[in-house]
Amino acid sequence: MSSGTEHAPAAGDYIVHHLTHLTSTGHKQASVIDWSVFNVDTLFWSVSMGLLAVFLLMKAAKSATSGVPGRFQAAVEILVEMVESQSKNIVHGDRSFIAPVALTVFMWVLFMNAMDFLPVDSLPRIGEMFGIHYQRVVPTADLNGTLGMSLGVLLLCIYYNIKIKGFGGWVHELFTAPFGNHPLLYPINFAMQMIEFTAKTVSHGMRLFGNMYAGELVFMLIALMGSTATVAGFFGHVVAGSIWAVFHILIVVLQAFIFMMLTLVYIGQAHEAH
Amino acid sequence: MNLNATLFAQLVVFFILAGFTMKFVWPPIMKALDERAQKIADGLAAADKAKTDLAHAEKKATEELRKARESAAEFRSGAEKQAAQLVEEARNDATRIIAAAREAAETEAASASQRAKEALREHVAQLAVAGAEKILRKEINVAAHAELLTQLKSEL
Repeated sequence: MSSGTEHAPAAGDYIVHHLTHLTSTGHKQASVIDWSVFNVDTLFWSVSMGLLAVFLLMKAAKSATSGVPGRFQAAVEILVEMVESQSKNIVHGDRSFIAPVALTVFMWVLFMNAMDFLPVDSLPRIGEMFGIHYQRVVPTADLNGTLGMSLGVLLLCIYYNIKIKGFGGWVHELFTAPFGNHPLLYPINFAMQMIEFTAKTVSHGMRLFGNMYAGELVFMLIALMGSTATVAGFFGHVVAGSIWAVFHILIVVLQAFIFMMLTLVYIGQAHEAH
Repeated sequence: MNLNATLFAQLVVFFILAGFTMKFVWPPIMKALDERAQKIADGLAAADKAKTDLAHAEKKATEELRKARESAAEFRSGAEKQAAQLVEEARNDATRIIAAAREAAETEAASASQRAKEALREHVAQLAVAGAEKILRKEINVAAHAELLTQLKSEL
């Protein structure tokens, strides 16, 4: 696929190939929306990363003592304390589920994003050896992955809205906020609320997806530079690849953090009456 | 950028992972953190108490030391006073003894001098008689003139 192969594909083919999901149907999804198709690669890597994240957290939780912590336990505790203090500042109410959600989201997204650090060709190449011809390894660079999580957050928002304000209270708020309680304003208020919920959810998922998709794409372009197998291409690959990888460390952690913070902010908003 | 059923699968995975974390990850870690915070708070409180105790003990020790020094000084001044008193008594005794001795000696001297005077008088009387005997060249009856002689003696 990259440098060294005899039948080096054209640049466009390389990119398109790398951006094609391994679907449950076995070939590329034809229409933009098709609910009968699964992206097997996204699901596999997202579940794997989720299990890895939860497994690591659970390992720390199992051996957690109030005595002197080891380095691993201390690291997990720092993470937990960070999430705990953030959630305490943002969400005012019962956080027995919300704080763990934030921790899960942060660790899961961090691990899924971190799949971007693997060389773009490594896992697809290994897959190819086993007859898997298409594979994308960064679940957060798949819109389904990120929108799936942001939809989860939307459901939590609706759940907490109803739990805190009661169903009647929430419906009342849908029609009276943000502009005020007047029959003429009901449709405008409701439309604004619908737009708000939609915008929150879509931007939440799209932000993460866009960042990781772009990151993946830049790695592919850098790999293309190396695949020219010239001296300039080699050095360009090494220099640009190093710079982008280092910069990507920031993006990976920052996007995971932003995703977690927005999760908390949206759920926190559900706790506050207008 | 296609949407498909992966979205719903991801949604379900999201809730399963979050639920798992809530049940098995979050509580033990928070419990450990809270317990450690309590332990540290207890330790700090104990350290504070120890510090207060130490200050208290130091104060007490200083007080005891001061008391001991005071009573020692008191003992010393008592002893000095007693010694001074003993010396004073001894000096008084000595003065008294010396005075008594002097008095005794004076008395003794006075009586000795008296005795000497008596003897001298006797002697003088005899000398006078003998002188008179020699002067008168005649016998004088000592017994007849005893009254005269005694009168003479007392006049000496």
